Amino acid sequence: MEIRSMHFVSRVRQRLDDPELQRNLKRTRGRNAASRAAAVAAFPDFDAVRARATEIRASVLRDLDVWLERFEQKATERGATVLWARDGDHACELIIDIARRHGVRTVVKSKSMVSEEAGLNAALEAAGIRPVETDLGEYILQINDNEPPSHIIMPVIHKSKEQVSELFARVHGTAPKTDIEELTHEARAVLRPEFLGADMGLSGGNFLVAETGSVAIVTNEGNGRLCTTLPRVHVALTGIEKVIPTLEDLATLLRILPRSATGQALTNYVSMLTGPKQGGDADGPEHMYFVLVDGGRADLLGSEFEAMLRCIRCGACMNHCPVYQTIGGHSYGWVYPGPMGSVLTPLYQGLDKAMDLPHAATLCNQCGVVCPVSIPLPELMRTLREKQVERGLRPWSERLATRLWAWVAARPKLYALGTRFAVRYLRWLADGRDRIQVMGVAPGWTAQRDFPAPAAKTFRELYAERRRGGAA
Amino acid sequence: MSVREDVLGRLRRQLGRTDSTSAAARARVEATITRQQSGPRAAADGVLDRFVERALAMISTVDRCATEAEVPAHCAAWLRGQALPTTLVVAPALAALDWAGAGLDVRIGAATGDDLVGVTGCFRAIAETGTLMLCSGPQSPAVNSLLPETHIAVVPRQHIVADMEAAWADARRELVPWPRAVNFVSGPSRTADIEQTIVLGAHGPYRVHLLIVG
Repeated sequence: MEIRSMHFVSRVRQRLDDPELQRNLKRTRGRNAASRAAAVAAFPDFDAVRARATEIRASVLRDLDVWLERFEQKATERGATVLWARDGDHACELIIDIARRHGVRTVVKSKSMVSEEAGLNAALEAAGIRPVETDLGEYILQINDNEPPSHIIMPVIHKSKEQVSELFARVHGTAPKTDIEELTHEARAVLRPEFLGADMGLSGGNFLVAETGSVAIVTNEGNGRLCTTLPRVHVALTGIEKVIPTLEDLATLLRILPRSATGQALTNYVSMLTGPKQGGDADGPEHMYFVLVDGGRADLLGSEFEAMLRCIRCGACMNHCPVYQTIGGHSYGWVYPGPMGSVLTPLYQGLDKAMDLPHAATLCNQCGVVCPVSIPLPELMRTLREKQVERGLRPWSERLATRLWAWVAARPKLYALGTRFAVRYLRWLADGRDRIQVMGVAPGWTAQRDFPAPAAKTFRELYAERRRGGAA
Repeated sequence: MSVREDVLGRLRRQLGRTDSTSAAARARVEATITRQQSGPRAAADGVLDRFVERALAMISTVDRCATEAEVPAHCAAWLRGQALPTTLVVAPALAALDWAGAGLDVRIGAATGDDLVGVTGCFRAIAETGTLMLCSGPQSPAVNSLLPETHIAVVPRQHIVADMEAAWADARRELVPWPRAVNFVSGPSRTADIEQTIVLGAHGPYRVHLLIVG
């Protein structure tokens, strides 16, 4: 997918000024956080499982090279073909090759964020192969002129049922309906023949299990099962960081992924798929491929951003992010929104391509607290900010201001004088109230919120007075 | 250089691998796989009650009968009570039951897109989450729990285990070769993609009926 993160500020402004989007975001705001909180409260072992899940993911990264080899060996023993992709474009090439080799005309897809990274649908179409998204949300986006998802597990969280209704009526040529059940079943009826007729199924992979050489797929709709059972060819497309060691580890991670994502104790379906159809099997694909994508992941290993590779794509960070909840996922301008996206986008696409994203956070650390694999997201965003400064990527005005401040801060007398004047200036602006409503030199700061008025005297002044034994 | 070698090479470089640390890593990996260490697990007592409670919470329906011979009659009664079709596609594993005797029109085999009711057994059932563990194979097609609008699963009481770890341990012991597909099913298919409103029957079955035997 083409990156548009450099236009973050204008994208945000557009979305804040879009009353329909704001209404839609407000409708579901906080709901996922509440579901997660209820699920955690009902599961006393949550913290212990979170610690174990963190350790599992961290231990895999310590030996990622060997875990991948182990996974590849087991998957190959079971008749699957394991392919390695340098990046998204290369993954598209590999998948188109597979499709051509097996005479594939239609591909049914279950949700895969890596396929969004790769821009797979556009590449397949350009090669004359028809991709059909089958996750309800992803399907809605595809028929809406290939709109990108705005959330990693709830791709159309930004849409209302009225918008879906209008779209279905237009594309399916059916009578408009706003009953959500009827809309869902209309999509089911449209997509069922696609499953039955497709030559290839493409899935993502929530986990790759090294012990058995399997891919584990977590879904609620059942489309993941259909995509990986009915077509002749199954391709599992996922990142190289998704390996886990054993079946016990899968059990542990499955206790924490759905709870963190939607508040479910377990999703409706978890499928663990190992190789193609075996002798005597009544169903299953004849060919199975894994496409394991690097796409910037290998370079994070051993770096200060390694913790990001633990991510299991639950979406809890965005569900708890006050910024994401206000601006919506499309503002972020690439595949991954919210705090995890603000870290991943600059790392995978280039620091200079997503300058504002590490700043698109209040660093309130709600994301860090809820992350099921304990990724210190605010810390990583802060480190990205430091990298921007180190590489001289910040604007000259900001660099000058920081230097000036550093110069003053290194001169205590000048600093004391400066703060004395600043405090008095701000109190004059507050005009006797405890809030400043319009900031004189920086009115933008108070456009959306008040600024608290400072105390009458600076700490230094108070300290000096007390040392002198004067009245406090 | 192949992409595989390039990616693995970069991973090794980032990890600062030498011959001896690579060998140590391989030993660590094999030891981890052999150890099969579990994290915190579910309680092992009261599995039947917990399974039923959790299955109902996942919007499955639950019925019980004493012996396997009663399964067809219980299925027939439930289907008629729900005004559902009595034409069934039944997994080969359950072919020996007297389906016709219960007035059911049964085909043994794998479901197609036209079948409305699919019947399966289950390898294990998991009390912690009210989940069926279905393993594909010649006797147990994966499609029977997927394509029909109604899925009936026969759950032998002794197959109910506390958690997924217990089920995996049994699978390692009993399933050779390892099945192509292990599907964990917890109630009917659902989606909440539109306005986070839950709708049943997104792509898979609209209803899942569990018949516990014993």
